[in-house]
Amino acid sequence: MTGITSLTDKDRIFTNLYGFQGADLKSSQARGDWDNTAGLMKIGQDEIIEVVKASGLRGRGGAGFPTGMKWSFMPKAPTAGRPNFLVINADESEPGSCKDREILRHDPHKLVEGALIAGFAMRARAGYIYVRGEFIVETEALRKAVAEAYDAGLLGKNAAGSGYDFDLFVHRGAGAYICGEETAMLESLEGKKGLPRLKPPFPAGAGLYGCPTTVNNVESIAVVPTILRRGAAWFASFGREKNEGTKLFQISGHVNCPCVVEEAMSIPFRELIDKHAGGIRGGWDNLLAVIPGGSSVPLVPAEQIMDAPMDFDGLKDLGSGLGTAAVIVMDKSTDIVRAISRISYFYKHESCGQCTPCREGTGWMWRTMERLREGDAQVSTIDKLYDVTKQIEGHTICALGDAAAWPIQGLIKHFRPELERRIAERQGDVREAAE
Amino acid sequence: MAERQFHPDTPELRAEWDGFAWTEANAKAAAEIVARYPAGRQASASIPFLDLAQRQVGAMTDTQGWLPIPVIEFVARELDMPPVRVMEVASFYTMFNLAPVGKFHVQVCGTTPCMLRGSDDVLSACFKRGMKKGHTTEDGLFTLTEVECLGACANAPMVQINDDNYEDLTEDSMGKILDALAAGQTPKPGPQVDRTTSCPEGGPTTLKKMAERNYDYRGQW
Repeated sequence: MTGITSLTDKDRIFTNLYGFQGADLKSSQARGDWDNTAGLMKIGQDEIIEVVKASGLRGRGGAGFPTGMKWSFMPKAPTAGRPNFLVINADESEPGSCKDREILRHDPHKLVEGALIAGFAMRARAGYIYVRGEFIVETEALRKAVAEAYDAGLLGKNAAGSGYDFDLFVHRGAGAYICGEETAMLESLEGKKGLPRLKPPFPAGAGLYGCPTTVNNVESIAVVPTILRRGAAWFASFGREKNEGTKLFQISGHVNCPCVVEEAMSIPFRELIDKHAGGIRGGWDNLLAVIPGGSSVPLVPAEQIMDAPMDFDGLKDLGSGLGTAAVIVMDKSTDIVRAISRISYFYKHESCGQCTPCREGTGWMWRTMERLREGDAQVSTIDKLYDVTKQIEGHTICALGDAAAWPIQGLIKHFRPELERRIAERQGDVREAAE
Repeated sequence: MAERQFHPDTPELRAEWDGFAWTEANAKAAAEIVARYPAGRQASASIPFLDLAQRQVGAMTDTQGWLPIPVIEFVARELDMPPVRVMEVASFYTMFNLAPVGKFHVQVCGTTPCMLRGSDDVLSACFKRGMKKGHTTEDGLFTLTEVECLGACANAPMVQINDDNYEDLTEDSMGKILDALAAGQTPKPGPQVDRTTSCPEGGPTTLKKMAERNYDYRGQW
């Protein structure tokens, strides 16, 4: 079954996405936030989880795990000595991603209200919002919203008159991509280096301070109040089956008008770009490739992505992924090897150093990519590089190793002739110089 | 991994920083920070404390601030943590400056989305003004760092200078910002072209009513 794949304004959740209007409590309430929150919570904790499950909401942080199911893993009867925690991942650092930033600075009350409802549903005593260190202005906006909510009795004891006690704290990091990985985030929140933990135990069993914890992305939490207000069926009416809902797309790179925009899931790539980003720079014939979900996912060549549905399964079918829906567009002027090599440098820089394949491998892959960029290699180097990516993938504690491997695998899969051309050209030059 | 080293721990450094303590305002801020975490979990405050300390050093030295080892040790004492645990945190997180920086820390994003939109030109504006990556200019005004994705990709290329983002840059507009800062002026943060935040240039394609007034869409539900 195919749902609606084109959104109209009345169905947009983040109506103040661009910050044309105030982010303060009063302005947010005028747009519908905090409207009878206690009434929404009255249906009960397990019922809220059921609604979120029925809405089809899949985590918006990249992995796409069903949000309602994640909440259902939390203990139903936490004890005072071992409370449940909600941790909200606002460590938005995936290259290409810039959606949570807009929620934090322009629509923070959607997140704060969502935190209360989600925290209530999973029986959390408190929530922490972990914001990336570089979002300094954004953190201030969020802190202001949290303070306003406390002053208005919407957080704390008997939050929003619901009879439930819930505290919410804002914690700002200090610059480490790896802290977006949920267990690294918990380590960091405990005041340590952000080194991912081995799983199991999963956070729902032993997370923050050893207590049951659920880590959710900002967008996943911020859409929850609207889902409860409008019903699971409303949310599920957008997008294809198993890919339901609305989604914030972030369009960067070689389009005429880069932007962030909320659209229906499964919107065709061409429609997304033409409608909101002013088309591809130089026209559709000038499109080279697209990284559709942030730097971790493999690139997709132009002809394959043009009419593809922008959702989890549609992009998985193309050997890539929706990730955070950070769409990085590259036209034919792009030095594609440099573009991917720069991503390799990013992972080298951000590897936490805990696992040897990643710590050593990301540096080796980047150095090899830089040689391939100049063609200073043998054709066999390409095979060697591919082999190394396969040895890193799946052999590290967290997915950073995979994320460093996939972009290179995508490049080799789709642009091997270009890599070989550079090698041949360089060898030709060297021969000429020798003569 | 990012390569980072502490500034040498010399008698001169000790003489300058051993007496470091919170200002009155920061002592109050520190107490508020610790209250966010459960009792006995004060180590959670290590990142916010180091940030606060770096800012205080910045205010004292008229720079963006950095973390001399005695200041890190002060934070460890405040949080009742072994100094090495706090040093680990300081060296792991890249926003902590382990060596002195200039008045303005120019952090140009060079990751692929910014690279595609011209971060080379942004860097070029810095180079033309005598900046070198990883160095502070002789007048102590600017420290240049190429940083990894700062999460403003729909407004690429961009730079973060101290606490402010400047977005949608060209070599020309970046140059103007640097010149304004050098002249003691305060350039306007945000997009440097005619656009509002991450809204498409030329005006919104969605939610046009919101540009006019605080519209409530619930009537159409």
